[in-house]
Amino acid sequence: MTRVPLLDLAHARSGDKGNTANVGLIAYEERDYPLLAEKVTADRVKEHFAGMVEGPVERFALDNLGALNFLLHGALDGGGTVSLMTDAQGKVFSTALLRMEIEVSDEVADRVRGRGRLPATGGGG
Amino acid sequence: MAKTSVRPIRIASGQGFWGDDLEAPIRQVEGGPVDYLMLDYLAEVTMSIMQKQRARNPAAGYARDFVPLMERIFPACSERGIKVVTNAGGVNPAECARAVAEAGRRAGVGGRARIGVVTGDDLMERLDDLMGAGHALLNMETGEPLEAVRDSVRSANVYLGARPIVQALQGDALVVVTGRSTDTALTYAPMAREFGWAWDGYDQLAGGVVAGHINECGAQASGGNCLADWWDIPGLAEVGFPIVEADPDGSFVVTRHAGLGGTVSLRTVKEQILYEMGDPSTYITPDVIADFTTIRLAQDGDNRVRVSGIRGRAPTPHLKVSVACSAGYKAVGTLVYAWPDAAAKARAAAAILRKRLDRLGLTFDRVLVELVGWDATHGPLAGEPPPDLPEVQLRIGVRGPDRASVARFTREIAPLVLTGPPSVTGFAGGRPRVQEIVAYWPALIDRTVVEPHLSVEFVEV
Repeated sequence: MTRVPLLDLAHARSGDKGNTANVGLIAYEERDYPLLAEKVTADRVKEHFAGMVEGPVERFALDNLGALNFLLHGALDGGGTVSLMTDAQGKVFSTALLRMEIEVSDEVADRVRGRGRLPATGGGG
Repeated sequence: MAKTSVRPIRIASGQGFWGDDLEAPIRQVEGGPVDYLMLDYLAEVTMSIMQKQRARNPAAGYARDFVPLMERIFPACSERGIKVVTNAGGVNPAECARAVAEAGRRAGVGGRARIGVVTGDDLMERLDDLMGAGHALLNMETGEPLEAVRDSVRSANVYLGARPIVQALQGDALVVVTGRSTDTALTYAPMAREFGWAWDGYDQLAGGVVAGHINECGAQASGGNCLADWWDIPGLAEVGFPIVEADPDGSFVVTRHAGLGGTVSLRTVKEQILYEMGDPSTYITPDVIADFTTIRLAQDGDNRVRVSGIRGRAPTPHLKVSVACSAGYKAVGTLVYAWPDAAAKARAAAAILRKRLDRLGLTFDRVLVELVGWDATHGPLAGEPPPDLPEVQLRIGVRGPDRASVARFTREIAPLVLTGPPSVTGFAGGRPRVQEIVAYWPALIDRTVVEPHLSVEFVEV
């Protein structure tokens, strides 16, 4: 078994609803979605965001999209125009979640390594 | 009864918020065939800003950008029958429509177009009557009644659904201007109108809601802000905003004009579907509750994603109210510290500043210290900064009820340049600005006290 960051298994988008941030976590490959569903629990996400999320973390599954939706309650210092945070609207909680590491088989680890990073030869559009 | 359509209709997204790419709607009109252009200008805090503008000037309080835009596209819309549906009306849809009619005459379409104006979402004048009649407008997050902050209320608007927009379209409006309509209604109202959907056709309406959710943030569905393989997304300098090709059964294809940039793929569409999502099985709108766990996606050719299978159910007896309340003051100041030990210097400066604020007897509800370039976005997940960090921006914010205290804070940043840790720069911008905080207060209201007050009027260009 090897630890890999979610960055190599999934992409994500985040946003806000008042003082709650949401993070949608989407498997790159459908075959990896069950792994995410098993390992990326609400409790683990709450633990990952220790010191950043005051309230509970809720998780919703969208099996149809190979995606999980997390609600991070009390993550935005009041949210909207109240918040003093640079990321008052929770726009980059997405990649903050992708820092989280999970245990996967060596085979999966070899297959996905570096998936979420700019390829060395890559350019911009 | 207006005749209904059986062919797909093309609803183009042209604006995802007030401040979005000004040229995007032009590209949508000129880049290929479209039947409708939807333009979303409103976010939660926008209404209170507009309310403030209207208080100063009774002819203001709407998204001003919409007027010069219509002046540019009115001739093409009129000639090709492209209908425009927007919530640009803000807190003053009537004045917005009047200005747009003038723009139409300047653009040479006088006598050839009418504007539908939807009103009835603004509860500001009715607030005391409604509260007196027992509508407590409890805060959906805290459970507190609005009574507790009544004096600080700056705006109160109900999220309206598609019905008044459909009524305006049935009245042959080329342009429909609303106040606080839901963002999604701007897309599915045209579908309901064209296909003659029944208001209890919940699966079709739910399909329309998903289409609206995909359209409402502009390029976020067509390659903008897309994390998956962002380096491979071509042509964002001239990104094509999404276009929904809607079928009568509530299914649709998301695409973009062929000659433009960006990408419409399963990944770009999934990212947008999950944006600002709550419980995906229960996406509540005034017209239907959509179940996002029933969405089926399939790639349907280059830059085309088919969306189908969506189920919906009856809406609730309530409508959502967006109340904005004045909630104190804040200010944020910044300084930049350079190598070596940039982060340690910035933290020492923050500690000195806090000591000075204490000595001045200033208290705040909140003081936030961030190091931009290290922990401002990912907080403690960033770990400890290395001593060799080339530079870091110290960013300190304060928040509190007393304006004078916040104002005094803004005068304590610059002195740090000569009285604090060394290798500091980046104070060219002057003193930070004191900002009034407008807090968002989400509440529900019985729809029966709102719906009889809705009105659709027409303005001839």
